[in-house]
Amino acid sequence: MQSIPDNSAVSLAASPSMVTVSIRDLHLSYGKLEVIKGVSLDIRRGEVVCIIGPSGSGKSTLIRCINGLTPFQSGSITVGDQQVGDAKLDKIRLRRKVGIVFQQYNLFPHKTALQNVMMAPLKVLKEPRAEVERRARELLAKVRLAGKEDSFPGELSGGQQQRVAIARSLAMRPEIMLFDEVTAALDPETVQEVLLTIRELAEDGMTCVLVTHEMAFAREVADHVYFTDGGKIVEHGPPEEIFGSPQDERTQRFLSRLL
Amino acid sequence: MDAILTLIAPFFRDLYETTGINFNVFYDPYQFKRFLIGAENSILLILAAILLSVIVGVAGAAIQQSRSTWLRWLVGGYIQLFRNTPPMVQLLFFYFGLGAYAPQVDMGGYYQPMVSAFGWAVIALGIFGGAFNVEIFRSGIEAVPKATLEAAESLGFKPWQTFVYFTLPLAFRICLPALTTNLVSLAKTTSLAYVISVPEMANMLNQVWSSTFNIPEMMAVLFCFYVGVVWLLAAFLHWLERRLRLRGYSK
Ligand SMILES: Nc1ncnc2c1ncn2[C@@H]1O[C@H](COP(=O)(O)OP(=O)(O)O)[C@@H](O)[C@H]1O
Ligand SMILES: [Mg+2]
Repeated sequence: MQSIPDNSAVSLAASPSMVTVSIRDLHLSYGKLEVIKGVSLDIRRGEVVCIIGPSGSGKSTLIRCINGLTPFQSGSITVGDQQVGDAKLDKIRLRRKVGIVFQQYNLFPHKTALQNVMMAPLKVLKEPRAEVERRARELLAKVRLAGKEDSFPGELSGGQQQRVAIARSLAMRPEIMLFDEVTAALDPETVQEVLLTIRELAEDGMTCVLVTHEMAFAREVADHVYFTDGGKIVEHGPPEEIFGSPQDERTQRFLSRLL
Repeated sequence: MDAILTLIAPFFRDLYETTGINFNVFYDPYQFKRFLIGAENSILLILAAILLSVIVGVAGAAIQQSRSTWLRWLVGGYIQLFRNTPPMVQLLFFYFGLGAYAPQVDMGGYYQPMVSAFGWAVIALGIFGGAFNVEIFRSGIEAVPKATLEAAESLGFKPWQTFVYFTLPLAFRICLPALTTNLVSLAKTTSLAYVISVPEMANMLNQVWSSTFNIPEMMAVLFCFYVGVVWLLAAFLHWLERRLRLRGYSK
């Protein structure tokens, strides 16, 4: 038997700085309300990017744009070889590549944890059931939920539901994971178990975009931090810089209020 | 069925001979046959009308989610028309009004209407019950959390897949109590098919009492028949409600 080289690992090592998401001069309004006012940023493969900033500054809107949930008016978003603003965008291919996890988990309440994880690979990717189930069980074990396969969302704690939601996204084998304040609705005790899952993902080399208020966590896992305010990126850089010596007065004020 | 008659006949014949209370449908094979025909038609009519009304309800609610204004307007008009006219008038309209224009089929020498009275009753009652079901399903669909559907969208489900796998099952659970009320009410309304001579229970028992003049007894049979059938239907729907209740979200 011939061994097949793992292409993804090879290319990852060969070009560590490869840009996978590129946002240029993004503008978005809800009616008259201008929410994003010219945002540009690059996300490289394997990188963990944290977006911080006051609520209402457009963080959720920004990451929802990346997987095509919210349409934008001008500028561009490139994910791999796809233009998100393209009218003929293949959304299914985009959403295979980009997983998103929401603050309120949004699990399917009439499906068990296992079924929640299996649904999309079965129905969207039309993969064989046995293979999908094997992978779903593996993923649930990976997020430390072995034994909870047959529980319904309503029977799980918030932290457990959120980890099912993460497994559900991972089941599509995305290249990029977006997390929108995924610990904001959780009890303090369960925040850590979800953060642990995300940290492990990041360590595995998953490209992660995190909107978060967990500053200690952001500082620890992020490769790059963006601070947003009023629909603009005010300041960005490595976590040591943003947290250690923020340059902009708005960043300083935001961080000092949290500490 | 014959075995059942053999079993109960002695009791009812004895009852008649000793007291004069005449439940001949339960001892006379000829009248028992009429009872069975009536029961079969009534039950089939209830099931078929319910099935059609649910299909109409889902289809109508799906159309109301569509972008086409004139389609939504059409469904809205249908709902107004059929909710605000008496079901008996609708039955008469379908059977005598539309029935007159329905094609006839050659049965080898003589002609028969393509749609029987039973068929028209199913159509009329299904459409009548469906008008209420559209509203019930629509309110259920609107109560499904948008965030859940957005999660489906973010996983790559197409709009129709999201509707079938998530919107409908969740909406169905939400509106099941209202649906139960309407379907039970529709089941009772099916007895109106009497007016277009569908051989349902009231009609068949009418044939019985016309020949043997045991009107009070047959009225009691008719009454008890509907008590039993409606109770069974309600019990089934309540069982379904419990079965489908979302686990972990106890009230
Ligand atoms: N669907 C929407 N329709 C109208 N306004 C919206 C919508 N979603 C968000 N907004 C507004 O856009 C702004 C940015 O929201 P959001 O992206 O959620 O900010 P953040 O996630 O940083 O708190 C807020 O003022 C919010 O009220
Ligand atoms: Mg937000």
